[in-house]
Amino acid sequence: MIHHLFLPVLGNEILSRLEDQASCSLRPHAEATLAFTTDSFVVRPIFFPGGDIGKLAVYGTVNDLAMGGATPLFLSAAFILEEGLPIDDLRRVVVSMREACDAAAVTLVTGDTKVVDRGKGDQIFITTSGVGFVPAGRSLSAASCRAGDRIILSGTIGDHGIAIMSVRENLEFETTLESDTAALADLTRVMLEVCPGIRCMRDPTRGGVSSALHEIAAASHVGMSLSETAIPVRAEVSGACEILGLDPLYVANEGKLIAIVPRDEADRVIEVMRAHPLGARAAVVGEVVDEHRGMVVMRSRVGGERVVTMLAGEQLPRIC
Amino acid sequence: MGKVDFNGVIKRVCLHHVPDAQPGEYVIVHVGFALQRVDEAEAHKVFEFLEGMDQLDELRVEES
Amino acid sequence: MKFLDEYRDEAAARKLVRAIEDVATRSWTIMEVCGGQTHTIVKYGIDELLPQGIELVHGPGCPVCVTALETIDRAHAIASRSDVIFCSFGDMLRVPGSAGDLLQLKSHGSDVRVVYSPLDAVAIAAAHPGKQVAFFAIGFETTAPPNAMAVWMAARRGLTNFSVLVSHVLVPPAMTAILEAPDNRVQAFLGPGHVCTVVGYEEYEPLASKYRVPIVITGFEPVDMLEGLLLAIRQLEERRAEVENAYGRAVRREGNPASRALIDEVFEVCDRKWRGVGNIPRSGLRLTPAYATFDAEQRFAVSAIETQGLQRGRPSPISSGPARSRLHSTIASCSATAAVVACRLI
Repeated sequence: MIHHLFLPVLGNEILSRLEDQASCSLRPHAEATLAFTTDSFVVRPIFFPGGDIGKLAVYGTVNDLAMGGATPLFLSAAFILEEGLPIDDLRRVVVSMREACDAAAVTLVTGDTKVVDRGKGDQIFITTSGVGFVPAGRSLSAASCRAGDRIILSGTIGDHGIAIMSVRENLEFETTLESDTAALADLTRVMLEVCPGIRCMRDPTRGGVSSALHEIAAASHVGMSLSETAIPVRAEVSGACEILGLDPLYVANEGKLIAIVPRDEADRVIEVMRAHPLGARAAVVGEVVDEHRGMVVMRSRVGGERVVTMLAGEQLPRIC
Repeated sequence: MGKVDFNGVIKRVCLHHVPDAQPGEYVIVHVGFALQRVDEAEAHKVFEFLEGMDQLDELRVEES
Repeated sequence: MKFLDEYRDEAAARKLVRAIEDVATRSWTIMEVCGGQTHTIVKYGIDELLPQGIELVHGPGCPVCVTALETIDRAHAIASRSDVIFCSFGDMLRVPGSAGDLLQLKSHGSDVRVVYSPLDAVAIAAAHPGKQVAFFAIGFETTAPPNAMAVWMAARRGLTNFSVLVSHVLVPPAMTAILEAPDNRVQAFLGPGHVCTVVGYEEYEPLASKYRVPIVITGFEPVDMLEGLLLAIRQLEERRAEVENAYGRAVRREGNPASRALIDEVFEVCDRKWRGVGNIPRSGLRLTPAYATFDAEQRFAVSAIETQGLQRGRPSPISSGPARSRLHSTIASCSATAAVVACRLI
């Protein structure tokens, strides 16, 4: 849809880069670069273990800014409410957004509300936009990765997607697992302090780690080589994936990041990440290679190799 | 119906096909049904075979 | 995870690979029967660990991939109705019919729901008495007891708004078809461990002796697969052709008698068309006359939907070798690991 419908009509130098955020030069008005992004949030159920749609809407946009090396500053929020949404539910969401803004050190400065007839929406949809600034001289890009770079993951994968699934109709299971939804801007700040040369960062939301790595591999014309045993996965996530027939590499995260870092600086970055509460289980999970360009290949725990294929759409529970 | 635990994930399953299964035992679960009890003694066999291989290797090393 | 981690241990896998190298003196072609086993091969790169000359042939296809085109079209016809909630296992939603897949139908407004268990579909029927709830009952023998149970429960609860679109397939007739094919290259089978968990392996014994082919009932983890291969290759090298059980922790010779009884109560054997293969005699299950009122094909009068001409499915594994790229794309469309696991009862 993006490549066939939107870009041919709306494409321009900035939009067509398809980064998670737009970097807009403010020259000659100012030295810093403006980072600008927008995202819509539809999630069912709207309250789930570890979070709700309000938190997601704030953190998701904050994280898109942070992945570009920006310091997030201001947000907007637009609500589409389905008639009949209990006012207490709406209040819970709004209070949660306030808490999230405080935690992420951003200010929600403008907003809008529309109500649609019952059946024309699904309880609540939220669109947030965010602006921040990127210090002069900093430029992260998915197209800048090269062979030898290390692939760093900030923690366990799949927590959000599995937490949502655990409360989804017809799939319910009991677990203490919670969504990992969190603002990553403070983590990226300390990472960039020790390593200004980080090539690029991505938050592996929908489509999971696999999808984010495929994007980077394609943009940089490199291969991605992963080691299965290095990838942190919680026991409950791997358990739920086994039962439902899913692969954690494709499951969504909302508080994790992938960073591509020059080889010699990986240790330093890992060190500051592990000292940060959101990066305690950070690990080098693989490296960028010249071989199999555009592809992601993983060494399995028994030593064989597997091509991690690109998956179109959401993973579905399977029987065989 | 009963409950099974798999790595901290708890799921309700139908136990109709494994009437003798006791709590604490392992069962093979598929699409919400326990289909068979896991035989622990049988489960060890392949590892016993692998240990046997190790011992054979040690003997070979000693002989050479 | 007990019964999982130890079967994914690299050291154990390496030792088994070494044992295979010690035993194999020549080339052998071995088929793993179950799609779940194929997944394990791809996911862990098992084929790369094996000595040159040991060729794995993948087939005859999983129950999702082999579901006939007209059956998918019948599912579409049922799911398109405004009075129907159509329930299915997730992996059936992306299988293309003549006019797209069920996921597309859902995006166009049909009420298509993914369920984890057939009992969830029964629960949906009980909760929506004003709607017709149809469940897409597919699978090998492994999934037959759960699907039979759903029908049995619906009957016992007197649910008149529940029905099943049955497209069950049976493994031994497909293996027979492979062995009867004039260009058959398969010299031994890794038998389907979870199918045998339910129905046992007595039925495989005459196959092994009639066609002089080793059949090793095999589990789904890397160590299981390598052990299965080791036993199969040892039989080939020793010119034996027996049924061996390498999945003893889950498989007894007689299977699970309670499950078999339930299958026999609800289903009977019938001919079945396999997508990409064609008709295989006595290779399917359908509802017995006693449960015919739960037949979705009859209830929604869709039996007449036939597909003319070429069945465009995946190429038949029976006559084609394992192309790794093709295999990867097959796995991608079908997705991750076998959803059969050993859990602790609490």
